[in-house]
Amino acid sequence: MYKIIKKQLLTSNIYLMEVEAPRVAKSCKPGQFVIVRTDDEGERIPLTICDNDAFKGTITIVFQTVGAGTKIMAELKEGEGFKDFVGPLGQPSELCNESVEDLKKKKILFVAGGVGTAPVYPQVKWLHSIGVDADVIVGSKTKDLLILEDEMKAVAGNLYITTDDGSYGRSGMVTKVIEDLVNEGNKYDVCIAIGPMIMMKFVCLLTKKLEIPTVVSLNPIMVDGTGMCGACRVSVGGKIKFACVDGPEFDGHEVNFDEAMRRQTLYKTAEGRALLKYEEGDTHHGGCGNCN
Amino acid sequence: MEVDVLKKVPVKEQDAAERATNFKEVCLGYTLEEAQREASRCINCKNAHCIQGCPVNINIPGFVEQVKNGNIEEAYKIISESSALPAVCGRVCPQESQCEGKCIRGIKGEPISIGKLERFVADYAREHGIKPEGAKEKKGQKVAVIGSGPAGLTCAGDLAKLGYDVTIFEALHEAGGVLVYGIPEFRLPKTAVVAKEIENVKSLGVKIETNVIIGKSVTIDELMEEEGFEAVFIGSGAGLPKFMGIPGENSNGVFSANEYLTRSNLMKAFDEDSNTPIMRGKKVAVVGGGNVAMDAARTALRLGAEVHVVYRRSEEELPARVEEVHHAKEEGIIFNLLTNPIEILADENGWVNGIKCIKMELGEPDESGRRRPVEVAGSEFVIDVDTVIMALGTSPNPLISSTTDGLDINQRKCIVADEENGQTSKPGVFAGGDAVTGAATVILAMGAGKAAAKGIDEYLRNK
Repeated sequence: MYKIIKKQLLTSNIYLMEVEAPRVAKSCKPGQFVIVRTDDEGERIPLTICDNDAFKGTITIVFQTVGAGTKIMAELKEGEGFKDFVGPLGQPSELCNESVEDLKKKKILFVAGGVGTAPVYPQVKWLHSIGVDADVIVGSKTKDLLILEDEMKAVAGNLYITTDDGSYGRSGMVTKVIEDLVNEGNKYDVCIAIGPMIMMKFVCLLTKKLEIPTVVSLNPIMVDGTGMCGACRVSVGGKIKFACVDGPEFDGHEVNFDEAMRRQTLYKTAEGRALLKYEEGDTHHGGCGNCN
Repeated sequence: MEVDVLKKVPVKEQDAAERATNFKEVCLGYTLEEAQREASRCINCKNAHCIQGCPVNINIPGFVEQVKNGNIEEAYKIISESSALPAVCGRVCPQESQCEGKCIRGIKGEPISIGKLERFVADYAREHGIKPEGAKEKKGQKVAVIGSGPAGLTCAGDLAKLGYDVTIFEALHEAGGVLVYGIPEFRLPKTAVVAKEIENVKSLGVKIETNVIIGKSVTIDELMEEEGFEAVFIGSGAGLPKFMGIPGENSNGVFSANEYLTRSNLMKAFDEDSNTPIMRGKKVAVVGGGNVAMDAARTALRLGAEVHVVYRRSEEELPARVEEVHHAKEEGIIFNLLTNPIEILADENGWVNGIKCIKMELGEPDESGRRRPVEVAGSEFVIDVDTVIMALGTSPNPLISSTTDGLDINQRKCIVADEENGQTSKPGVFAGGDAVTGAATVILAMGAGKAAAKGIDEYLRNK
């Protein structure tokens, strides 16, 4: 068992958990992910690593409850644990391969959307630790759904928060903030965008126009996470890549987002049914015959 | 009852129409009486060719003799000397081209049903709580085994019997490798058979640490330098699924056989209670003609689909075992032979609604010795399907080779290892199974695991 030593509700449906997983904690780098499983019947759920403490042997994950699997995860309490917790998976962020001198010369912009703020945080934190201050845009639907604001503030160069409904910070989509910042005279050498697929798509459309190289982190459907199943294949520059072993980060200007978004809906009906079954519990009998 | 010495004692099977709708085992196995009757056909050759045909060299006439005499526990002991997974091998080995292929009885009539007898002995032992014998003395030296598939389990079992302190590292959440994620329940029951065989390996003292990805969670160098392992065996398996590279392959409804089978077998998606979804197609095309293609086709059939196997060569060249093809046909799988897909068609939302194929004919032999299939011009046609499963084989996973210094790989990106003892280019590191040969069979992987165990023992004794 991989013990949960801390659990925190960040906002209405986003949870943070710190989990004992010494092997992962010792070897992980920013940009990588883990796959977790709550119990013997559980799905394998991929989650980006939000933070690690090699000394304590813990990994911090942040997740939003969207389906039956994540709702079951959210029910776990401190002291309980995950049946399985494997990683680190995927390639580390490309930034990790660059020298500190090179990074210091660069003006880096992070664009985080919703729960995507969690995987952005370790990268910004790591850069901060080597003396590189990156600008960060965090977009959220509304003020109540904003996460990790204080943590991010502590490690970011400039932090720009925007809400879709204008309830906090700037108002509007993250793309509007990018445009504003560039119009205000900011120049960026690289942009790293992590969030919902649709957000990354529109960020990439804009940064292509603005000629800012952009890296995105994809979260397609996957099973094993080691390259074995091929469920996570995405088209990048016209070539098939496996997000689990070649990614999860890719050149955003080369990603076929429409295809990736379509592939994400593959099990939508099955997932919807699983969620319904979970929510209705014993009262769900499937008597209508629509579940077969 | 009279025994026809030229014919195998038939083994009971679940009726084809019935089994096509369930995931229960197809073959029901021999009873003691049937096993003894079959064993009595063996002429106990002095120079037993069957042993040479077995990649792990089981003393076949020896154990068959014991079955004939009703000493099943003794028969199990004889098999256990050579094989850690008899209940698995009895079910999935291609006996027709190995032990049974060499059987003298097979010249005039049918060979001895060695596979079914092995299975009987293993099942009997399991049901009667008979366990393999462990080491008398512990050696204390630590050996790491990467991967808990047939190669790893065999290597680990043999080393434990020699007294080594063995730990298996498994990337998935469950031990067994291809035995749990690849081969379906109806050919190889997971809880009743595979889990028990793994328990037996553990009872020899082998430890299994799941959820550890070598090359990611920890590297081979770290295992040897920081965790005190004096030798390592790499049995990490086949790797990344191949696709055809034809248009439409990323449409919704196209899967690798690896994904489809992993969802059904490892994640139990065939079971309504599983939280893992699987696409239950109405009409499914499986592309490929190997055992994995048969497994995927028969799984899709059981999930309620009309299933077409699309294969570019003819029936004669089908790489799958004859028994599997036979079972698949009995169950109602449709074979579209000499047919090659050229495009996957999708509706306006990107969901598969057909597979466009072209007819093939056989031309001159190619480098594999098989006649090369060539397209028949103008013969394109469409099969209406909503799901396509690609069973085209795999290419090696670079996870370990790319993170281990001094480990040579060949042009096909497979790890280079000595066939005799599994030694790789890196001292103390041995390898075997699909990671070395590319996708092959369970028993060949076991043979390689066995050879490597010997190699590791020699290496550590001379160290």
